[in-house]
Amino acid sequence: MRNYLLPDFLVRAGDGCTGCGRCVRECSFHVLEMAGGRPKANHARCVACRRCVTFCPTGALRVLANDTAYRQNPYWPAWLRQDLMRQAQTGGMLLAGSGNDLPYSSLWDHLLLDASQVTNPSIDPLREPMEVITFLGRKPSELSVSVAEDGELCLDTEVPPQLRLELPIVFGAMSLGAVNLNVHRILAAAARDAGTLWNCGEGGLHEELYEYGENTIVQVASGRFGVHTRYLEQAAAIEIKMGQGAKPGIGGHLPGEKVTSDIASTRMIPEGADALSPAPHHDIYSIEDLAQLIGALKQATHDSKPIGVKIAAVHHVAAIASGAVRAGADFLTIDGFRGGTGAAPKVIRNHVGIPIELALAAVDDRLRQEGIRNQVTLIASGGIRCSADMVKAVALGADAVAIGTAALVSLGCTLCQACHTGRCAWGITTQEASLSARQDVAEGTERLANLLHAWDAELKEMLGALGINAVESLRGNRERLRALGVDAEALSILGVQTAGRE
Amino acid sequence: MAGTMTTVDARGLHYRDLNQRLLELVRQGQRHLRVENVLGQRYIGTGLPPAGLELQGTPGEDLAAFMDGSIIRVFGNVQNAVGNTMNSGRVIVHGSAGDVLGHSMRGGEIWIRGNAGYRVGIHMKASASSSPAIVVGGTAGDFLGEYMAGGTLVVLGLGCEGSERLIGNWIGTGMHGGAIFIRGGVQDYRLGRGATRADCDAADLALLSRQVVLYCEEFGLDPQEVLSAPFAKLTPVTSRPYHRLYASSVGEL
Repeated sequence: MRNYLLPDFLVRAGDGCTGCGRCVRECSFHVLEMAGGRPKANHARCVACRRCVTFCPTGALRVLANDTAYRQNPYWPAWLRQDLMRQAQTGGMLLAGSGNDLPYSSLWDHLLLDASQVTNPSIDPLREPMEVITFLGRKPSELSVSVAEDGELCLDTEVPPQLRLELPIVFGAMSLGAVNLNVHRILAAAARDAGTLWNCGEGGLHEELYEYGENTIVQVASGRFGVHTRYLEQAAAIEIKMGQGAKPGIGGHLPGEKVTSDIASTRMIPEGADALSPAPHHDIYSIEDLAQLIGALKQATHDSKPIGVKIAAVHHVAAIASGAVRAGADFLTIDGFRGGTGAAPKVIRNHVGIPIELALAAVDDRLRQEGIRNQVTLIASGGIRCSADMVKAVALGADAVAIGTAALVSLGCTLCQACHTGRCAWGITTQEASLSARQDVAEGTERLANLLHAWDAELKEMLGALGINAVESLRGNRERLRALGVDAEALSILGVQTAGRE
Repeated sequence: MAGTMTTVDARGLHYRDLNQRLLELVRQGQRHLRVENVLGQRYIGTGLPPAGLELQGTPGEDLAAFMDGSIIRVFGNVQNAVGNTMNSGRVIVHGSAGDVLGHSMRGGEIWIRGNAGYRVGIHMKASASSSPAIVVGGTAGDFLGEYMAGGTLVVLGLGCEGSERLIGNWIGTGMHGGAIFIRGGVQDYRLGRGATRADCDAADLALLSRQVVLYCEEFGLDPQEVLSAPFAKLTPVTSRPYHRLYASSVGEL
């Protein structure tokens, strides 16, 4: 069949090119080859990952959008016309990596934070203590304290297991398979350094990383890959994955090409076989069934650690969240429709689910109305891009946020959306040893630690500006938010007033 | 002789209390426990160090979930999700079983003397170091071996030879590994998408024979008689069922 697709991008070597061939060696998509002492491009293969440009020693290389015009038509954008061509040529469901890239408006960008001045002074976080430690776990409704004979106060209430986070950020679940072992090593080490948690995702935990158990959330997903007694026992917490923001309602297929020996042994499946995570858990068809699995995991770990549930933000997210809490979830991760993925059908990624801002506000409201908000730690995820998104999420009701894409960007990811190809030039979403080696564990750990350090400082700066000295005073404090250009219905869901209203 | 047997009375006990009691006993070194008057208590065998349990009565859901190494004999029927994500060990049921038996189990064995419900062996899988097996003595419901990724499923149909009830429909739907053996054969229309017929080779017969001999020994049956009937073998059409389902949305096609 003839190919009607034009390249999305053009790769050009300018006058400064010395013909060193570095770009050819860096390109994992086989775009470039040397011809006559200069790089020659097969433009159609380029995904604009910018690896070649970043590493060109003379800065001579450029990746440009192929600006060959389509007749302008907003109803039929160029990418849509290209997608139709791809489907016509292959008959395949289009597979995409990374997160939803359609220009739906971001409510984060329509929410503004308050600041204190004059009557309620702001706080300088560089001089004053600023508390951002967050505890993950079910909180009792009341505490019973008695006084011993010697006058010592005794806490009589049995407090469920709590995990101390030095800042209200955890790393979102990314499986071994979606990312490679070096990325897992980086996430684990960075979580330990920062005093927080990483999440190994649904593909099991590599034997080498068991030593990071105290900083690890392990997942139990529909495929049950790599789930066994030691996996559950060594973890700080367990998360049942019911949904993912990038692909609510569907499962996952890790193609056999990515099931290398390390991944096969970690997932406990044969090498080279497709690893299928079915859409539903076969043992969960109701809230009662979810309670049964939570109970099984609590039994398996002798009630020693928090058991959480991750759900995608969809229309009935508040009711589902309420059910999950009543089913015994100690923490609840709500993943919005901007969440990333190693691979998902593009149509699902781009069209299913709702924004985390609205989902979070709706869940927090519902749990408060039902008097069960204290029973669960709420983690907001799916498109948390910066510390401002995090602070706004806390003000909307989150206890903490989970970051995935932002963490990968700090490791070099440019959101080229080619994760599913397994050819990631930055060595993140590939299982090919020569490419994975591009992620240096020590450097990656430092990059992630730096990112968290920067967000921590910005968080404290924003809290100080708000005149607040503890992050928990901001939690659900929607009075400190104002909205700009948000419709009345969304305002009422967010529980936020328009900017300018006192 | 398998050491002394300690007896626990489960009457009226909540599952938490019963399982805590069993855990304490096993930790104290009691490796052989008889539990009487079991009635609906969940998660028996879950989170328990390897031990031998004899259960009198009807245990509740998720019996042997995540189990690793114990041997459980049940003198009674069992409910749903027995052997859920089980790693190793053996569950022997002198009665019938509910649905999703052996869900995602990756090692060990489950033997049911009577009938089993829907979705037996769903998504059970094998690895380089272990392969699970389920043997059902009587009938098995729809979606037997659904999503099956590895291991061995055997349905014997004892006492219901030739019956319409012997086996359900949509067998092996989405199957991409492992093998299903059905004593007495199976009609084509009962096969789900993903499963196909295959010939039994010598390795299959050895595997089948080993399971059946052990099974018959447990339940006092004659293995020669059980093995004398022909077995239909079902295997996956491919281990890469969705290989051609997708096309990339970026880069060259």
